[in-house]
Amino acid sequence: MRGAFLYLIFAVSLGLGLSQPTLAEEIVAQFNQTRVSITTNFEGSQIVVYGAIKRDRPAPKNKKNHVIITLEGPSSPIVVRRKDRVMGIWANNAELGFEQAPSFYAIMSTAPLAKVIDEATDRLYHITIPRAIRASTQNRDSEQTTEFTDALIRVRTSEGNYVQSEYGLRLLQDTLFQGKIDLPANITEGAYRVRIFITRDGQVIDSQFREIDVRRVGLERWFFNLAHEQPLIYGILALFLAIFFGWGASALFRYIRP
Amino acid sequence: MQLFLPIAEVSVNAFLLLGIGGVVGFLSGMFGVGGGFLITPLLFFIGIPPAVAVATGANQVVASSVSGVLAQMRRRGVDFSMGLVLLLGGMMGSGLGIWVFALMTAAGQIDLFVQLAYVLFLGLVGLLMLQEAVRTMLRNRGGKAPIRRSHVHTWVHRLPFKIKFRISGLYISVLPPLVIGALVGFLSAVMGVGGGFIMVPAMIYLLGMPTKVVIGTSLFQIIFVTAFTTLMHAISSQSVDIMLAVLLILGGVIGAQFGAKVGLRLKAEQLRGLLAVLVLAVAIKIALDLLLTPDELYSVTKGIGL
Repeated sequence: MRGAFLYLIFAVSLGLGLSQPTLAEEIVAQFNQTRVSITTNFEGSQIVVYGAIKRDRPAPKNKKNHVIITLEGPSSPIVVRRKDRVMGIWANNAELGFEQAPSFYAIMSTAPLAKVIDEATDRLYHITIPRAIRASTQNRDSEQTTEFTDALIRVRTSEGNYVQSEYGLRLLQDTLFQGKIDLPANITEGAYRVRIFITRDGQVIDSQFREIDVRRVGLERWFFNLAHEQPLIYGILALFLAIFFGWGASALFRYIRP
Repeated sequence: MQLFLPIAEVSVNAFLLLGIGGVVGFLSGMFGVGGGFLITPLLFFIGIPPAVAVATGANQVVASSVSGVLAQMRRRGVDFSMGLVLLLGGMMGSGLGIWVFALMTAAGQIDLFVQLAYVLFLGLVGLLMLQEAVRTMLRNRGGKAPIRRSHVHTWVHRLPFKIKFRISGLYISVLPPLVIGALVGFLSAVMGVGGGFIMVPAMIYLLGMPTKVVIGTSLFQIIFVTAFTTLMHAISSQSVDIMLAVLLILGGVIGAQFGAKVGLRLKAEQLRGLLAVLVLAVAIKIALDLLLTPDELYSVTKGIGL
């Protein structure tokens, strides 16, 4: 009896598993680079994503497919502060902490996001910028949360760190797509997550997650590591250089002067 | 040529940094000041995070002070025993300043605190210097020779723990130099300046030191206080950017040599008048930033709030 039950479960799950590929529309994608090196003369970079939707049967008629690509930098806790006029001068007067906010977030889609995904999908996958930011749980005042979230998005957008481009992607022949994302020069290092979604009727049909490694290299790496791992030695090096140049300049100009 | 600064995490033009260093170096060579009070606000202005600007500014002052003190030592303008007493006070003040800096950073009030310190001290010193320079110029025009007494006895001379400062020709208590040193050390840590603009008038008017040893002695102790400040910032907040510092220093030491030549052609009171105007201009610029409505009321900082 019990054996038969298990067999039934096995058969059903096998059946589901087998039926999956017949419905499948799969993403095949490639990037121009999976490592970004922050060198001394780093001026930003560009990530190009190109891909296709692989199908084993024609897409349903009258239903439009959409593609979304997001690129997300490493998250960290942040504080947003608001200045108010206090006794005549502008001073930070109110603040709200966010548990996690990505240092960089770019999102591009084949149509306005409201048409591409529904509310539930967004809540599940954290696709739109406000969803990608997580406000601190201890803050229950929703009006204040909205105010500071809007401000955070505005500030980071004007710095070029949050980018939203609806119609930034083109889906050719319902199959091919290509997107370009510019990484600004003032970038944070870490693992950047790329997500590609295909949606229909506001639902995700297939998704793919990848990582791009953004790292300081060479002199940048060396200074940064030294400053954080051997701060005393780093400080002494800074002083040595200052004293050397100060002495050197005075000696040099005394030598040059007739 | 764009350069990515490893600690500040911003990309800036290398020639802009050399230029800032050069202009500030020129002015500091001309007036005989460290130039920290100009460099740090200029770094704020080009988008360097305040914590990095203050720490790196202190590092830059080390270089310009070393350069200056070598020139002063050759003409015997450094009172080492006075310098050591000032230095002792300076270390204590700097330590306190570093602690306040960290506290204010956590509270999100560091920008305001630094700006207020700038407005207050630059405004005050600028006004005093301008008043003094204008009075001297008017008096010289009137043709009357100023009456100066070599020793003015004030309350400073009645304090205990007196010691002899031979090069300055003084026999005074160690307490006033300790307090002045501490105040300047505090400002160095909080504002990223050397504090010469406070130290020099304090030495002349409060301690009664002869003018010829004032600049050298002030530079001597500023080297150590700013070096200590740089080291403390490097250890406590990792906010010293060596790449930024080296560019500023390179521009600065070259500019300073040219500035010193121009400075020799001007009269002392003209120099002081010009420096006063410059100091006041910086104070007014920062005061306006505090008073005028900013374009963006919100700011984003990494870390956790209070």
